[in-house]
Amino acid sequence: MSTIALNTSSAIGNAAAADASAPVRIAVKDLNFYYGDFRSLKDIALDFYDRQVTALIGPSGCGKSTLLRTFNRIYSLYPEQRAEGQILLDGQNILSSSIDVNELRARVGMVFQKPTPFPMSIYDNIAFGIRLYEKLPKSELDGRVEEALRKAALWDEVKDKLRQSGMGLSGGQQQRLCIARTIAQRPEVILLDEPTSALDPISTGKIEELIEQLRSEFTIVIVTHNMQQAARISQYTAFMYLGELVEFGPTTKMFMNPVKKQTQDYITGRFG
Amino acid sequence: MDNAAYRKASTTAPAPWGRVRRSRYWADRALKIVSTLFTALGAFVLGWILLMLLVEGIGGLSPAVFTETTPGPGTEGGGIANAIVGSLILTVLGIVVATPIGVLAGTYLAEYGKDSTLATVIRFVNDILLAAPSILIGLFVYMLMVQPMGGYSGWAGGVALAIIAVPVIVRSTEDMLRLVPGSLREAGAALGAPMSTVIVKISWKAARAGMVTGVILATARIAGETAPLLFTALNNNFWFSPTLMGGVSNLPVTIYQFALAPYQNWRELAWAGALIITLSILGLSIVARLILKKDKVR
Repeated sequence: MSTIALNTSSAIGNAAAADASAPVRIAVKDLNFYYGDFRSLKDIALDFYDRQVTALIGPSGCGKSTLLRTFNRIYSLYPEQRAEGQILLDGQNILSSSIDVNELRARVGMVFQKPTPFPMSIYDNIAFGIRLYEKLPKSELDGRVEEALRKAALWDEVKDKLRQSGMGLSGGQQQRLCIARTIAQRPEVILLDEPTSALDPISTGKIEELIEQLRSEFTIVIVTHNMQQAARISQYTAFMYLGELVEFGPTTKMFMNPVKKQTQDYITGRFG
Repeated sequence: MDNAAYRKASTTAPAPWGRVRRSRYWADRALKIVSTLFTALGAFVLGWILLMLLVEGIGGLSPAVFTETTPGPGTEGGGIANAIVGSLILTVLGIVVATPIGVLAGTYLAEYGKDSTLATVIRFVNDILLAAPSILIGLFVYMLMVQPMGGYSGWAGGVALAIIAVPVIVRSTEDMLRLVPGSLREAGAALGAPMSTVIVKISWKAARAGMVTGVILATARIAGETAPLLFTALNNNFWFSPTLMGGVSNLPVTIYQFALAPYQNWRELAWAGALIITLSILGLSIVARLILKKDKVR
């Protein structure tokens, strides 16, 4: 399958190939990011395609999570953090001050590294996001909760204990609960920040299958430390290093035939 | 050094690997012994107080304690029903006033103010208030309410107790909210929830058990306060006015007054009252612990 011996090569080709005709959903232009005086993202320019999975890879501290956290402006919870430049979501600059961040976050969902179930029932965890923006009659809300849990491949495991606390689930179930909570809101983009790094291999496998299924509906951006994972589930890969975008392209090309030597060294495990 | 020698040495003192090691061994031993002794001393004094209270208090207990009002000088029998009811009213009044103030101020410190200058100043002032002599708070409320209103009242007593309870609740609320992981708040915000919703629906919910416990412990704290009542609710040896104007009878001041009296039945009632307060505080503390424990299990 591959011409060069990469330790990740066995995983390449599992995911569907990049769809070259997919329109751009998010366009990042001249993006700089600052933690206080420290500039942690340097002139990032990058496009994310509609209903494709894009993986952000790179060594710790390279800025991949920081980049992810600009897409829903979650960084703005912390006053010392700021972003400059443009991030166009469907042509609209989401860094503009006229954007309502809460509405933005309802459109751009996010799942974190550690599962974050709220201290309430499984049902209320899922309904939390829906109730924020929609007033639905009970029956319709029930339907939305079930739909989200089914899409997150969790329904069969929890359908008899929807009133029990979400904190009682296993780590893998909790993470799928968080994914269900995010998709219940019917966002357009889903951001995943190392969603499987705290999970065992079986749970990780389930989440990866789930991502593959969700791709038909959502534009997905995933930060991962796991090279095989990036190769398995993404159509596009961006490699970052020291706050800069080193290389971006279809995943198969990035892993089999990268342009930059730095990229090749990283994905073959020679540094990072 | 061979194994046999080591084993022999380790049954008495550790292997003689030099002066430093040996001196550390004895320092370690000494600290352990001294701290154990002082712990035992503390526990002994506490046990003594409780035992004395039980022996003397149970002797004074009778149905009349809960049904009759405080007796006049030189009269037989009597109870402390008016003081028990008065104390309940004053404590509830104090905690009802203090809880919203304390919880909201603690929420401000943990969720909004954080390390800002204003929050730092409030936290400092709160710590001072936490350690303020309670008689000072009694005097403050005397100036603030008793003088302008022209007399003692249960309302002034409730406010004085509230001022004691507020810093306790502020502190416990802030501490408990700070234990809520930031990732939970981020997750709430990431769903597009405004900060107020994140605080009320997520942070408060996650910290609920600890916050309730703080309020219960504050209740226990003010239930036995005497000094702030001396200048505010004073006391009353008869049933007090339902409007709470004028002196309102209460357990701590009744105990203070009766314990030093030359009448045997007064002194017995003082012991009974002290026992009732102590058992109530003990009960509240146990409830607080159970709530926290149940939360941990969940």
